[in-house]
Amino acid sequence: MKVITVTSTGKKETVDAGFAERVQQKSGKELRQCYHCLKCSAGCPVVFAMDWTPNQIIRMIQLGLEKRVLSSSTIWLCASCEACSTRCPNEVELPAIMDTLKEMAIRDSMGREEAVIQAFHRLFLNCLRQYGRLHELSLLVCLKLVALNPFEDMKLGMKMFAKGKINIFPTRIKNIHQLEAIFRTFGQSKRSRT
Amino acid sequence: MKLSYFPGCSLDGTAKEYGLSTQAICQRLGLELLEVPDWSCCGASSGHSTNYLLGHALAARNLILAEQQGLDLVVACAACFSRFKKTDIVLKQNAELNKKMEGIMGTPYKGGFEIRHLLDVICNTIGLETIREKVTNPLKDLKLVPYYGCVIVRPQELTQFDDEEQPQAMDNLIEAIGAECLPWSEKTDCCGASLSLTRVDIVKKLAGGIVDMGKEAGAQAIITACPLCQANLDMRYGEDGLPVFYFTELLGLALGIDGNSWLERHMTDPMPLLTSLNLVRGE
Repeated sequence: MKVITVTSTGKKETVDAGFAERVQQKSGKELRQCYHCLKCSAGCPVVFAMDWTPNQIIRMIQLGLEKRVLSSSTIWLCASCEACSTRCPNEVELPAIMDTLKEMAIRDSMGREEAVIQAFHRLFLNCLRQYGRLHELSLLVCLKLVALNPFEDMKLGMKMFAKGKINIFPTRIKNIHQLEAIFRTFGQSKRSRT
Repeated sequence: MKLSYFPGCSLDGTAKEYGLSTQAICQRLGLELLEVPDWSCCGASSGHSTNYLLGHALAARNLILAEQQGLDLVVACAACFSRFKKTDIVLKQNAELNKKMEGIMGTPYKGGFEIRHLLDVICNTIGLETIREKVTNPLKDLKLVPYYGCVIVRPQELTQFDDEEQPQAMDNLIEAIGAECLPWSEKTDCCGASLSLTRVDIVKKLAGGIVDMGKEAGAQAIITACPLCQANLDMRYGEDGLPVFYFTELLGLALGIDGNSWLERHMTDPMPLLTSLNLVRGE
């Protein structure tokens, strides 16, 4: 059920009354209990860089503002540190909800912010599909190229190489076909949890 | 004592010093580590961040392989540890996921074994008494602040070994190896984790704040139990940072093990500090 409403800024915005229910179902996490005590936002280490605070995200889910939530930077910047979920008086598990929102944003092509973080996740998973383990060097090189910032961290990378922290060649696991099967079976995001 | 051991990608790469020192101390303490055969990445954090089922499936492959070893599983990386604990619960509840994994791996997951972080095993199974007895090179006059980070201790009902807001395991270990543990405010604050490669600005601010508070507390070095924490604090501060050790490295030194092969890999060189306190033999 979708209705159009007019927000306080005068811009038209779609409200989807079923959004909260879908997020709850997909994440398996209760979010209607949130009474906005702001404990999550007060303790969030990354909140200074987010466009919406964590509890504002919950409020916007409650209000059905799907597009605003899924196009936010907040969902990508959550570091999954679990400080919020540990302290929440109503046991709202925000990191799991943030993961669900990221998954929805990718599936419905609604992710707008933090393109480099989105690319990081794609490249990381591609690397796993290919080798079964993370190869830090190829991930780093691809990422800096995608970010059009090839020289960022170059000096640091050279020093790490000199310290023997960087493997030039990737290690491929023996049964890589099992990883291929995992990606074939689960690689496409589903609308439910099973 | 034999344990199944999951090193994880970092310990074979940017955190080689953690992997090397883990092997060395476990051998000294009589823990036989049997690596999970043909292990793969646990999926953290891109797996669970972008696809719920894929995230759990990537971790599940390793749990199924570990189960076949018939031992309890010890994990050194904080992120791998946290993912395995979560996936263990999900696999037991989600019959469909378990069945699909059985189709891929040839065997289902029952999960009758414990999944523990290395810090927990060292402090609570080996025990601090045994460690005190085995210390031959007490780290006298070394002032440390313990940095636990996030998912080793949070959430407590999942990690099940220390307090989530005021953990003590590393504090006690520091005392046991003869060093001095200083009180400070940043024990369980977040370093920015995997944003390190994508939002360097954020991680510089977070890691910088943590190292600054360590300095203010009067610490000469930071001790940690997570590869990403160590990397961020060690790499993202700049020239005049504090040395950041894995707890296994300092435990190794206290046990009298020659640690040059791991100490030389740090970005912030710890040798001036360690030689000034006569804790390592000079080059």
